Amino acid sequence: MRARVLIRPKAGILDPQGQAVERALPALGFSGVSNVHVGRLVELDVDDASQLDDMCRRLLANPLIEDYEVVEAS
Amino acid sequence: MRFGVITFPGTCDDADARLAAGKVGEAVQLWHGDRDLQGVDAVVVPGGFSYGDYLRAGAIARFAPVMESVIEFARDGGLVLGICNGFQILAEAHLLPGALLPNQGLRFVCRQVDLEVVNRDTPFTRACGERLSIPAKHMSGRYVGDVPEDQVVLRYAPGHNFNGSQDDIAGVCNERRNVFGLMPHPEHAVDALCGPSIDGLGIFRSMAEAKVPA
Repeated sequence: MRARVLIRPKAGILDPQGQAVERALPALGFSGVSNVHVGRLVELDVDDASQLDDMCRRLLANPLIEDYEVVEAS
Repeated sequence: MRFGVITFPGTCDDADARLAAGKVGEAVQLWHGDRDLQGVDAVVVPGGFSYGDYLRAGAIARFAPVMESVIEFARDGGLVLGICNGFQILAEAHLLPGALLPNQGLRFVCRQVDLEVVNRDTPFTRACGERLSIPAKHMSGRYVGDVPEDQVVLRYAPGHNFNGSQDDIAGVCNERRNVFGLMPHPEHAVDALCGPSIDGLGIFRSMAEAKVPA
């Protein structure tokens, strides 16, 4: 199975990348942009999708600072 | 005191850590792929960019074969010092509370920093003064964590918290106080030839004077 894991900074943790993007967009003339957060995408082929959650908790994400979401791509 | 300094692929501060440890004791190199800690009395996890900082700083090094032995060594009460990337690795290994995130300014910063030694009752700080001036050089040093007050060992002095660390935290220890991690680099401040202070030596001297668990 092809899986996608979306990893994003936990709510409440300062996200300077998101802030930098949020400041850059108005500079290009885009208005009405707020609440920008920058995370990571991991795509992987797995035989046993039931292991994905464990993989996320142990390696792909750090649950202390990041939330993750497993998205089945196909 | 026999110090073992780990070398991972991408480590770059292991030579300085061995030199610093060598000033107060004996220092040997430990290899990331080798589970054997060679009977050392203390382990230093040095700075650098282990495994290219891929995924998150320290995330992959934490699973290196040598780290299984380091985790066991720490659980038995052995002294473990993590500097910079070493601190990140020990946090990822859950030997220390919290995590290190990219600096709030998103830049790599290299500068001399002043630190307040807020807990001198640890095997890593007993021979230190109340303040240290040592270099810091990192990209991901913003400390975030749920850490009890008595486990905060070092804070950036006012005006020196360049990375945005929570409560100015620069170094923390575990509950048992045998594992300590800090972002600035004591091993780069041990020789008057190479900088404005030799304050870093206090940390290595403290370890050398600590009682080694039987």
